[in-house]
Amino acid sequence: MIHISQLKFHYPSGDFQLAISDFSIVKGERVAVIGPSGSGKTTLLNLIAGIITPVQGTVNVDTIEVSGLNDTRRRDFRITSIGFVFQEFELLDYLNVMDNILHPFRITGALALNREVRARSEKLAEEMGIRDKLKRFANDLSHGEKQRAAICRALLPHPRLILADEATGNLDPVNKTRILDLLFRSVEEHDATLLAVTHDHELLKRFDRVVDFQNFQAGESP
Amino acid sequence: MIDSLYIAWKYLSFNKVKTATLIGCILLIAFLPIALELLLNESEEQLLSRAVSTPLVVGAKGSSLDLVMNTLYYGEEVPELITMEAAQQVAMSGLALPIPMYVRFRARGHPIVGTTLDYLDFRGLQVSKGQSLALLGDCIVGAAAAEALQLKPGDSLVSSPENLFDLAGVYPLKMKVVGILGKSHTSDDLAVFVDLKTAWIIQGLLHGHEDLSKAKDPQVILKQEEKNIVGSAKVYEYTEITEDNIESFHFHGDPGIYPITAVMVVPRDDKSETILRGRYLSKEESHQIVKPEEVIDTLLQNIFRIKNVLDAVISVVGLATVLALLLVFALSLRLRQREMQTIFRLGCRRMTIARLVAAEILIIVLFSAILCMGLVLVVNHYASDLVRMLFIR
Repeated sequence: MIHISQLKFHYPSGDFQLAISDFSIVKGERVAVIGPSGSGKTTLLNLIAGIITPVQGTVNVDTIEVSGLNDTRRRDFRITSIGFVFQEFELLDYLNVMDNILHPFRITGALALNREVRARSEKLAEEMGIRDKLKRFANDLSHGEKQRAAICRALLPHPRLILADEATGNLDPVNKTRILDLLFRSVEEHDATLLAVTHDHELLKRFDRVVDFQNFQAGESP
Repeated sequence: MIDSLYIAWKYLSFNKVKTATLIGCILLIAFLPIALELLLNESEEQLLSRAVSTPLVVGAKGSSLDLVMNTLYYGEEVPELITMEAAQQVAMSGLALPIPMYVRFRARGHPIVGTTLDYLDFRGLQVSKGQSLALLGDCIVGAAAAEALQLKPGDSLVSSPENLFDLAGVYPLKMKVVGILGKSHTSDDLAVFVDLKTAWIIQGLLHGHEDLSKAKDPQVILKQEEKNIVGSAKVYEYTEITEDNIESFHFHGDPGIYPITAVMVVPRDDKSETILRGRYLSKEESHQIVKPEEVIDTLLQNIFRIKNVLDAVISVVGLATVLALLLVFALSLRLRQREMQTIFRLGCRRMTIARLVAAEILIIVLFSAILCMGLVLVVNHYASDLVRMLFIR
């Protein structure tokens, strides 16, 4: 599903460098990425999603070389194939929760917004425990509620690949379990793949594989 | 595009103050020149149509503009007075019909026009309710004035004193409203028409009081020499003309020297007009004769010269506002960088982001245009009244 080869990346300013010689995740796999802050976990997710492009090397998702696509195609690929749960949720404050969840469908012609999608969004919100918050604006939500809304937005288009950056970081134990169950179920039901950055070591045993991100720094294969 | 409009609408309705400010700016820039153009066109039409329909005006030498504005549009600036002799001279020439005008007094803010019934015929004014002028103290009221003052035939209307602090000045006269004129969409709609003699009563030149030969109070008589009785200040002057006292109203002196503000002159033909105009060219002549069309034409030329300056000012302000709006949009996009980043990270195309911004601009411009159209319709509807209020009164 994901194959990274001879990847090198650094930001235009600063000393940070990321080098990965070889890294793969098979389809349907549920992989947790751990590591200290600033080790490049979020950068890895951004590279896979095509938000940033490597200086050297390739990033492949399925048969698509993401790093080789032009800007427009990378954007199209991202919105149709990847469900990204951002660390800062990135909900739009002028939209209510329902509109935030449906937002990807409104900003691309590749996803069709229909009655079935609306029903699915309500069901998803129900499962996330924010069904009664759908009419509220993002700023009126608690931290945990925002996070759950952001997860709903990521899962609604049934992405092939789910990238979750600290998706359970701000949640209580009950909601952590509930959300992880939902992420795993989404992976199973839609034959997707999950790559989740987490600091929560209690949840690691539920993943198929745990990648300690420290290993990438030396340019080794995990 | 519908989704882009939906998101743009959500953004704009969430940021109400910013949206309202932007709409207000665009609205003002669009509305001001249109409204100005509308009002100027209307004023041109109103001023010209009335000026064209009034052949000549005779008045005292001085400002021809004041003379025309007072005679045709009942402006508050009263020209130097002339006497009825001026009208008699025109009549005696046999070249034209003279219509004396005395536009000096006001009643509750509306001009009292002292004239003859010839004026109503000349302007084609019809009484729509009640009857025309018949007796001293009668008045007929223009349609708009009647509406504003809520008058109907049978009501009364009191003239306003010229100066509140002039205790020795004219007494207010209680006039009887006998008719309401139909709408003419001219200054006549706002006027109160009385016979010339009634206007002189308002001034106190023609007055009525108790018969001094039958006075019971000896203090009302100052001096008595045979048939000539001189009354004292205690003599009670009537401030209303009734059936009982109408007979007591009388002139003192020769009516030929009684004042008027102008004589509207209707020549029999072009030749008569030319001859008449020639008679007023002499330097010794104390009167002037003017062709209102020429006076108003000069006025309009000045107005349009000012309008050109105003247009230039509005253009510069408009350009500055457009630049400021562009700056506001640019700054707004900078402030919304995080939001744009989110949309980009979700996978939105550059074109879609541009479309979202375009949709916001479109909605703002559309709302401004709709409001502007509404305001223009309102101004257009009230243009004639506004012009009379702003430019003519």
